Amino acid sequence: MKRICQVLALLAAFHALPGTAKEAAPLAEDPVVEQRMVRITEELRCLVCQNESLAGSQADLAKDLRQEVRGLIKEGKSDQEVRDFLVSRYGDFVLYRPQLKSTTYVLWIGPFVLLVIGVLALVRYLRRRATQVRQPTLSEAERQRVEALLKDDQ
Amino acid sequence: MNKFVLPLGIFIVLVALLAVGLKLDPREVPSPLIDKPAPHFDVPQLHDAAVNFTPKAMAGKVWLLNVWASWCVSCREEHPVLVAFSKSPAAIPVIGLNYKDKREDGLRWLARFGDPYQLSAFDADGRVGIEYGVYGVPESYLIDKAGVIRFKQIGPITPEVLEQKILPLARELSR
Repeated sequence: MKRICQVLALLAAFHALPGTAKEAAPLAEDPVVEQRMVRITEELRCLVCQNESLAGSQADLAKDLRQEVRGLIKEGKSDQEVRDFLVSRYGDFVLYRPQLKSTTYVLWIGPFVLLVIGVLALVRYLRRRATQVRQPTLSEAERQRVEALLKDDQ
Repeated sequence: MNKFVLPLGIFIVLVALLAVGLKLDPREVPSPLIDKPAPHFDVPQLHDAAVNFTPKAMAGKVWLLNVWASWCVSCREEHPVLVAFSKSPAAIPVIGLNYKDKREDGLRWLARFGDPYQLSAFDADGRVGIEYGVYGVPESYLIDKAGVIRFKQIGPITPEVLEQKILPLARELSR
């Protein structure tokens, strides 16, 4: 699917070469609307090309949804209302930055829980290791032998 | 011996998670519309542009809304299943939503492969599709007597999905 999307994007890129510039006209329609549209859709997932944002995808559905977002902005909807519009139809999955609520707690807090578990395990391991690896101590006889050997050397 | 229990346990959990993850299809996004009223629309019919269709017309019935298009490859795969279903005794009304299609293409397609639909609504610009959160045709919605969406199938309806999910649920809702 990703590859199809890339091919489509490539085709669209060629399509937008000078000469067919007329088709790009709606983009420059209203720079303020356009800017807000891009800002909102950059954080939304295109459901057809799932690793692309709605702002960057050349999938037909993404184009339609960008048009829909433009319409909603012109109607005077706030950014949050636009996002809610899409979430109510396509689900939380469209949000690259999911909201914090009961079904997404694991998503938000999970990594930190894993981090805490990891740190605790590390601390436990290091403590246990410290008790196992004792400083080497020499008996009196051994010490004398070492000194004798060192002197020998000189 | 005890030393191996923990790593082995972690390994087994990991394998289980990966096994489940491999079987999940990232393209199947749970619809937020389940158990919500089917969104309203009012668009011309495919066969007769002068007559409109709205889901309200189906109030009191358990029915299937099937989003299709003549350009959609998987719809070809699904179509024979729907045609056979529409002729079976267990059939429920199936309404088509001809999504982002050309009228003559849609009509030609039905003439060629058979028409399982009670009627098809014509969604030329895909606005109805957006209302229903359509992102990969074909998609189907099972709607109950009160007009509430009870089940959504993303991708083609297979005989298994029909037998194991749609029909039992439709029977239950029809009671």
